[in-house]
Amino acid sequence: MKIENRDALANVCQKAQEDISSYKCRILVCAGTGCIASGSQKIYDKMQELCHDMEEVSVEFQKEVPHLGVVKTGCQGICELGPLMRIEPAHYQYVKVQPEDCVEIFEKTVLKGEPVERLFYHRDEEVFEKPEEIPFIAGQTRIVLENCGKIDAESLEEYIAAGGFSALTKALFDMTPDEVTEEVDKSGLRGRGGGGFPAGRKWKQVSRQAEKVRYVVCNGDEGDPGAFMDGSVMEGDPYKLLEGMVIAGYAVASHEGYIYVRAEYPLSVARLKHAIGEMEKAGLLGDNILGSGFSFHMHINRGAGAFVCGEGSALTASIEGNRGMPRVKPPRTVEKGLWEKPTVLNNVETFANVPGIIMKGADWFRTIGTEGSPGTKTFSITGVIQNTGLIEVPMGTTLREIIYDIGGGIKGGGLSRRCRSADRPADV
Amino acid sequence: MLSQSYYDKADEIIEQYGRKASSLIPIMQDIQGEYRYLPKELLTYVAKEIGVKEAKAYSVATFYENFSFEAKGKYIIKVCDGTACHVRKSTPILEALQKELGLSKKKHTTDDMMFTVETVSCLGACGLAPTLTVNDEVHPNMTPEKALALLDELRGGTV
Repeated sequence: MKIENRDALANVCQKAQEDISSYKCRILVCAGTGCIASGSQKIYDKMQELCHDMEEVSVEFQKEVPHLGVVKTGCQGICELGPLMRIEPAHYQYVKVQPEDCVEIFEKTVLKGEPVERLFYHRDEEVFEKPEEIPFIAGQTRIVLENCGKIDAESLEEYIAAGGFSALTKALFDMTPDEVTEEVDKSGLRGRGGGGFPAGRKWKQVSRQAEKVRYVVCNGDEGDPGAFMDGSVMEGDPYKLLEGMVIAGYAVASHEGYIYVRAEYPLSVARLKHAIGEMEKAGLLGDNILGSGFSFHMHINRGAGAFVCGEGSALTASIEGNRGMPRVKPPRTVEKGLWEKPTVLNNVETFANVPGIIMKGADWFRTIGTEGSPGTKTFSITGVIQNTGLIEVPMGTTLREIIYDIGGGIKGGGLSRRCRSADRPADV
Repeated sequence: MLSQSYYDKADEIIEQYGRKASSLIPIMQDIQGEYRYLPKELLTYVAKEIGVKEAKAYSVATFYENFSFEAKGKYIIKVCDGTACHVRKSTPILEALQKELGLSKKKHTTDDMMFTVETVSCLGACGLAPTLTVNDEVHPNMTPEKALALLDELRGGTV
């Protein structure tokens, strides 16, 4: 399906939204790395089998339940409680689902719309039916992760139905490249890879270079042990990352993008490859995107197990086919990056923030987070803590809030005395 | 001497990425994906085909931890030793596997070429720590006992 122009995209969006709302029951099985490890693939297969049988065997059932979908989503967040399953439109969140629960879920929830109460999250006698009631999720603000767990991570149509690519069309048809860069600059978005350099300023520096061949590179070499935020975005909402990168390409007049993904994330590579293929077929990547005249091509490079490649100049050296050795700067990556050309090198989460900023504006973005660092930050919570998983909170949230309010506290102990900054707001 | 089929496979992979220096790493990754290690003869061959000096290709292959010139076992077990798995006690799991299989820090593969045991940095499944992978399939919440039971299962060929 090739989407020729802006109007055609709007039609695809409307059609996909109608399709989704006509479903009487959607079963969303978490297919993040965590849940797959705890067996969600078996749950998905089992539910597929049950629902498939139903359509084939009984016509009456089909009348009763006209539309039924079982889909694989990105990380729903509460990895410790996996495999996770969400039922829409009833909006039930089931935790620790086992293959033997599937028949009951099918008979009660799918056919009759009744909940299977024992599968809800329980804490101290309290039962939490809906995902957003669970304290772990209630304390979060999701921008980067907004689609993770809600849509089929592999479906282009579902991403479009959730408002996907409206930021790209706005940028391509209503804004000049400089206006796009200016909006990102005004938003105050700072690099989420750790350095915290203002993204808009970086883009401006690349735009100013005399050299016209430029590259956009995404750093998906998330090597810090215990961190899986970027992996979850690449797995759970690959289209959002890609959309952000294409917008960056338009802003700095680049026509070539590279994503460098670490070797330990095979699922991220698979989902990104799939997403790139779908976007190329739809005309959202490649030559003359949506008839705008702007062209952008995307490549994936897999890391090969060198931690140092998370550093910018080592990463570009690795893409070029060299040993991943960092080099002395200057010249900086914005002047001489990949193949000695001006390069926008940003982190996964930074790019994933861009569509929201373009769509809703810099002023909206600045209402979240702190004065010096607007927006949100994703965190992986791991280790000796009650609830492990993936979260997103406004900048300025304290470590204490993250560990105790969201994470549920430390298993059998208190905060280390060495961790003195528990009440200091998070920042980049 | 490698059989001709190895070179044919290499040709196929080279075609896919194109004869340019930047194809070196993805080509080596695919060859290793195919044979579970990187035969030295193929490294020489690939270097010549894509126009890279053999010394350069060797320097790149030895720089990255993922490349191995040694043949590996049928089952490659990677015990995650990222921080989250480490604090949830991944070391005893590694030690139990090494002891059972007669392996050590220096010897990674059993003589019968059935098992290779290695460590890996964070897999991103920290919520289920400690984890290990068998040929890239993740096994969550491991203990030394569960790891040994898994070995038995693999020996029985049921996985």
